[in-house]
Amino acid sequence: MGPLDLFAGDAPRPAPGDTAADAVSVGTVTRAAKDIIEGAFTPLWVRGEVSDFKAHRSGHWYFSLRDADSRLRCVMWRGDTGRALTRPADGMLVTALGQMTVYPAGGDLQLRVLRLGAAGDGLWQKALEETLARLRADGLLDEARKRPLPRVPRCVAVITSPDGAALQDIRAVAARRFSAIPLVVVPARVQGDGAAEEIVAAFERVARWGGAEVVILGRGGGAREDLWAFNDERVARAVAACPVPVVAAVGHEVDVTVVDRVADLRAPTPSAAAEAAIPDREALVREVRGAGERLRLGTQRVLQRRHQALAGAGGRFGATARRLTEGQQHRLRRLGQAMASAVEQRVLRQRAVLSRLAPALRGGGPRALARQQQEVAALAGRLHALSPLAVLQRGFGVARTPGGAARASVGDFIIGDSFDLLLQDGAVRAITERTATGTPLDAAAALEQGGSA
Amino acid sequence: MTYEESLQRLQAIVAELESDRVPLAQALTLFEEGITRLREAAATLQDADARVRTLVEQLDGSFDLLDARG
Repeated sequence: MGPLDLFAGDAPRPAPGDTAADAVSVGTVTRAAKDIIEGAFTPLWVRGEVSDFKAHRSGHWYFSLRDADSRLRCVMWRGDTGRALTRPADGMLVTALGQMTVYPAGGDLQLRVLRLGAAGDGLWQKALEETLARLRADGLLDEARKRPLPRVPRCVAVITSPDGAALQDIRAVAARRFSAIPLVVVPARVQGDGAAEEIVAAFERVARWGGAEVVILGRGGGAREDLWAFNDERVARAVAACPVPVVAAVGHEVDVTVVDRVADLRAPTPSAAAEAAIPDREALVREVRGAGERLRLGTQRVLQRRHQALAGAGGRFGATARRLTEGQQHRLRRLGQAMASAVEQRVLRQRAVLSRLAPALRGGGPRALARQQQEVAALAGRLHALSPLAVLQRGFGVARTPGGAARASVGDFIIGDSFDLLLQDGAVRAITERTATGTPLDAAAALEQGGSA
Repeated sequence: MTYEESLQRLQAIVAELESDRVPLAQALTLFEEGITRLREAAATLQDADARVRTLVEQLDGSFDLLDARG
């Protein structure tokens, strides 16, 4: 249409609202403004400080975003508030994704907010504190809840991204420290939308499976927004509910996440988590060898003490024997020597058995296992030879109850009760007729004179 | 017995042997048990190459362990 049109034809028809006679209604003009505003803006992120926050009974949130010289009214419908970290408080810096619109009833320009994020520490901090307060109220932050990790777990579950660097780090540490402990990866996204749900589901799988003795929850560092799944209350509760200890390896030195606080152990990196969960095989082998050595020395000490006691007893036998006939003297000396040398033999045999232990611990692989099994069989034979019953072969007798309990002192015998006397070629059931206490030979003499019947 | 239980028992046996109260027959029994525990602990420490596997849950709720990539 050219300029000439202004002068052409009939007098121009006035547009609505051109004159007082054509005044439009308030509703018409606000609806028109709404259409224009909504058409002019696609949803966009707006940054500002929250003020006048009000959560209505209906579940909708009303607030304003402002900066130094402007204010924008905002509404967030109930259905959208669930996606916010938490309720913002006045003064917090936030970013809001929303659609610019006009609220016809109030005639106000407003932002219909779809998502609310943090622009400063404020909103994160508040959400974190609220989550921690709820967990604390349920006792989930108590230090006393923290469980010790097993010394040698039979299996370690790793909840992490199967493609992440965290898993590679954990595998490398496991291979170096104790490669025989199996790692079972339970895949879960550890950042982005849906991460919290996937981590919770992974914990549920680990619990249903029941094969792991410790769980590493890991990821390899990242921005604070990426860590948010580790501040999610559902994830924290899943960690607390895990039937076996959990090592958190969120990999963020600066921020301690909620999961770090609930886990049984917090590790600064996935590698450190693996070092905590997987023992160093070499150190354990040294420990077992040390225990074997102490077993050897302890047993040896017991035997040597008995040896010394017997040597002393042998001397006392000798003194008694001098008062006896020469034949009796000879017999008693031989008896004392035989007892001392029997104990000495045991010491020597056990030393030989024990000296084989240390090399057995060094071997690796199935061949070493077979070797160890052979050694166990050989050991069983040797231990059989060391049996206290072997002493019967040398002419000694052992008294015990028919039930098999040892009767080693006079006080164990009751007059009239039967007992079994085990000898090298059989056993005798006997009845206690008399007893006498004192040195064996004196007591035997006392029995002749009646003893205590 | 777990590794920890074996080692704890072994250490208790050693402590008892190192005390001055054990009769000879009991010392030999303890020694024998100590050897058994030592074997158990040593067997746990066998060296072997374990694979890294992935836990997969089937529709019926059972679990499979599949070899992991990489």
